[in-house]
Amino acid sequence: MSITAKSAPSAHVDAVAIRSWKVPILLGVLALFAVVVFVVLGPTGTATFRISQDNDAWQVPDLVLPSKAMGIIVSVICAALAYLAYSQTRATGKIAKWVLMTFTIVFVVGLMVWMIGGTTSQNITLVGLFTGAMLITTPLVFGSLSGVLSERAGVVNIAIEGQLLAGAFTAALVSSITHNAFAGLFAAAVAGVLVSAMLALFSIKYVVNQIIVGVVLNVLVSGLTGFLFEKIMKTKVDGVTIYNQPAQLPGIPIPLLSEIPIIGPMLFRQSLIGYFMLILVVALWFGLFRTRWGLRVRAVGEHPKAADTVGINVNRTRVMNVLAGGAVAGVGGAYFTLVAVSSFSKDMTGGLGFIALAALIFGRWNPIGAALAALLFGVAGNLQSILSLAGTPIDGQFLAMLPYALTILAVSGFVGKAMAPAADGEPYVKE
Amino acid sequence: MANDHIDLVVQSGEIHSLLGENGAGKSTLMNVLYGLYEPSDGEILIDDVPVRFSGPADAMAAGIGMVHQHFMLVPVFTVAENVALGAESTTFGGVLNLEETRKKIREISAKFGFDVDPDALVEDLPVGVQQRVEIIKALVRNSKILILDEPTAVLTPQETDELMDIMAQLKAGGTSIVFISHKLREVKAVSDTITVIRRGKVVGSAAPSASTTELAALMVGRAVNLTLDKAPANPGEVTFKVSNLTVMNDAGQRLLDDVTLSVAQGEILAVAGVQGNGQSELTEAVLGLQKHVLGSITLGGTELVGKSVRQILDSGVGFVPEDRQDDGLVGEFSIAENLVLDLYKHEPYSRRGTMDRAVVAKNAVDKVAEYDVRAQSSQDAADTLSGGNQQKVVLARELSRPLKLFIASQPTRGVDVGSIEFLHKRIVAERDAGTPVVIVSTELDEVLELADRIAVLFAGRLMGIVPGKSSRALLGLMMAGLPAAEAQEQMDNQAKEANGTDNSNGTGVQP
Repeated sequence: MSITAKSAPSAHVDAVAIRSWKVPILLGVLALFAVVVFVVLGPTGTATFRISQDNDAWQVPDLVLPSKAMGIIVSVICAALAYLAYSQTRATGKIAKWVLMTFTIVFVVGLMVWMIGGTTSQNITLVGLFTGAMLITTPLVFGSLSGVLSERAGVVNIAIEGQLLAGAFTAALVSSITHNAFAGLFAAAVAGVLVSAMLALFSIKYVVNQIIVGVVLNVLVSGLTGFLFEKIMKTKVDGVTIYNQPAQLPGIPIPLLSEIPIIGPMLFRQSLIGYFMLILVVALWFGLFRTRWGLRVRAVGEHPKAADTVGINVNRTRVMNVLAGGAVAGVGGAYFTLVAVSSFSKDMTGGLGFIALAALIFGRWNPIGAALAALLFGVAGNLQSILSLAGTPIDGQFLAMLPYALTILAVSGFVGKAMAPAADGEPYVKE
Repeated sequence: MANDHIDLVVQSGEIHSLLGENGAGKSTLMNVLYGLYEPSDGEILIDDVPVRFSGPADAMAAGIGMVHQHFMLVPVFTVAENVALGAESTTFGGVLNLEETRKKIREISAKFGFDVDPDALVEDLPVGVQQRVEIIKALVRNSKILILDEPTAVLTPQETDELMDIMAQLKAGGTSIVFISHKLREVKAVSDTITVIRRGKVVGSAAPSASTTELAALMVGRAVNLTLDKAPANPGEVTFKVSNLTVMNDAGQRLLDDVTLSVAQGEILAVAGVQGNGQSELTEAVLGLQKHVLGSITLGGTELVGKSVRQILDSGVGFVPEDRQDDGLVGEFSIAENLVLDLYKHEPYSRRGTMDRAVVAKNAVDKVAEYDVRAQSSQDAADTLSGGNQQKVVLARELSRPLKLFIASQPTRGVDVGSIEFLHKRIVAERDAGTPVVIVSTELDEVLELADRIAVLFAGRLMGIVPGKSSRALLGLMMAGLPAAEAQEQMDNQAKEANGTDNSNGTGVQP
């Protein structure tokens, strides 16, 4: 039997007629910014990047760069790449990926040299930058993985912030009472599950708008933990706030690996939660894209009815995933009070749950992508605090804004089309 | 009640057709058989053994497979992933073993002559091939009974013939097939037994030898005139011209590519083609709804490209959109309000910025009577009406003012046969009043019924314009991407080979 079905509407791309000049214009403006700020207004002297710490086994020499010269080099490369983007757009309407990548890297290097060179000390410890970033990155990764779990199954999870906060509070409380950090960790996971159980109940069973439920849960958890913090944790017995003295999870450095410059201190001198995070990112990626469980979860998030017609229980899959997401975010919340700081304070997650949501979108609903996005946000956030300590001339408030500006760019699809699961946020109701 | 005490017996190895109008309850019945809905009464027996399905998984385990009207395929998955879903072969610990599935797909492909690549993404495949993926899905699960729900709705006539061949092969292999359709010609061609359903009840069964008029009468419940009495067209001046029209999406893909056509006053031009070949873009470009439009569209010498939708409508364009529920009506508004949706700001419906509700209500009563809209009251919400009555409301509104051009997209999709008759008569009446009329339809029957001339679109390109009495076979070739001249040549060659014997699926007369 012959197959006559011609390949369907072979719509050919006609780049001549529709071109977007947004990217070349943006690159041009940034190149101009580089010339003016990095070179003309740029600092004199050098910028020193310290790679090793004093007590490291392997000492890597410091990287010392002359600010002015680097500014000129960066400006020239940026201008050349901007022109290349312009000519590529004019010729084909498409800009090669490497042009954008190289531009970004070169520009960021220029920015760093300019900022470090402008501080009073004119040096920065890269180890400090990256290890410090992990304080922000770790909860972000857990938060975004919670989002991956529920959104891949088609439930929008705005309640990450609430799940983190509930985890942080419960971990502190239980760890203080039991004097056992592991009990705190377990309780935090349970608290995250409870928050997401409410999300599952209202958004899946009662088909309430998922975004509204999520927002309300965040406010609820913030109010509840704030109330209990005032009423319980501030109670002093013999002058000590005994309910806010959580036992901490110890750091477990891994021999040899922890001695690798930068990566060692960053990834291999962590607590249990940190190692769990590394395993979880890889396991979740493998689970989603290589196993039966993942295939079914993705089908439920993309086309729930198709999943239903092959015998997959759509709403049960969604509930299980939302609950699992809650446990993951709860553990991430425990990081705040069992590892990062030694006590709970009101609203201590400070909006990181929303940044985690941005990391999820930036990472295109992929566990590894989300983790890398979380790392980027973590570094940007930490850079800001390091720079203000190092005495940068830039206003601290302005720097504090940068991670969020980056977030808006990421979420607004600047980095390419964000591809959400097709049925994300849509309840599945059988007729 | 969608199904009322239906009895249906399907023999093994037969093709059993379920014939009924849209909304007669065919799909509901099949969804019950497939475990998607629970019956409130009655039972299902397979090989004389009663079975109870609490979900599709049970139905599949019992050997029932279903190809849904809207394909149940995940667009971003590969063919293999879609086939595997729900019945995955795995290695240790639930890790997917797609190689097993690929092997099965290749086996079935080879057996039935499907040309399906297990690693292709479903969203990249033409609908005809997607349908084969659906059939493979059922076969991989060893279905003994295959339910095909309106499978030909999205196919070209040639693809339909191929599907019928596949059905014959499956039948020869012992599979029972339930074929659901409202197309009389197809049901007659393929069935062993025909069961007719009307308003949720079985109203009779027929042999495939029954005539189409008999079947139609059984399906509708009264004698229907299947052929439209329409006088030959009397084309006047050519007032509507489309030249070198190109429509692109944001990515620069040409969804409509260099289309040139014109329509005279008092003439119906039907635009035929498989769904998604540029028809929507054509009508939307005329209405000013598309962003990237090159070329020119003139009506009575006035250029329409670049004008706003309001200006275009005010210049005398009546438009029936393809999706009446989303684009044609506001479901929560009353019938009366929907009837003045584009006229509300003009006299006499409103004066000095205030709507005159009495005039609007009076207009509604008149229009409801004139167009025979079956409603309790003209103040009822539009979405309480049946599909056919909703379409009458849309048509009544669009035809209520003097027109210089009338465009109707899928004017009778999902409409009962009784209403189709009425709607077609109104459209022909508009033509006879001297309006240029453009009909866009994916139903070849409708195209042949109404058209004075037929334009065929494929992949956004015009394959040619042929007379209204062209044969199905010729149109089918054009719908599959052959330009008119080549299609005609191929037809002539076939006719020479067959030496005068009639073409197998040609019911029309060759031009």
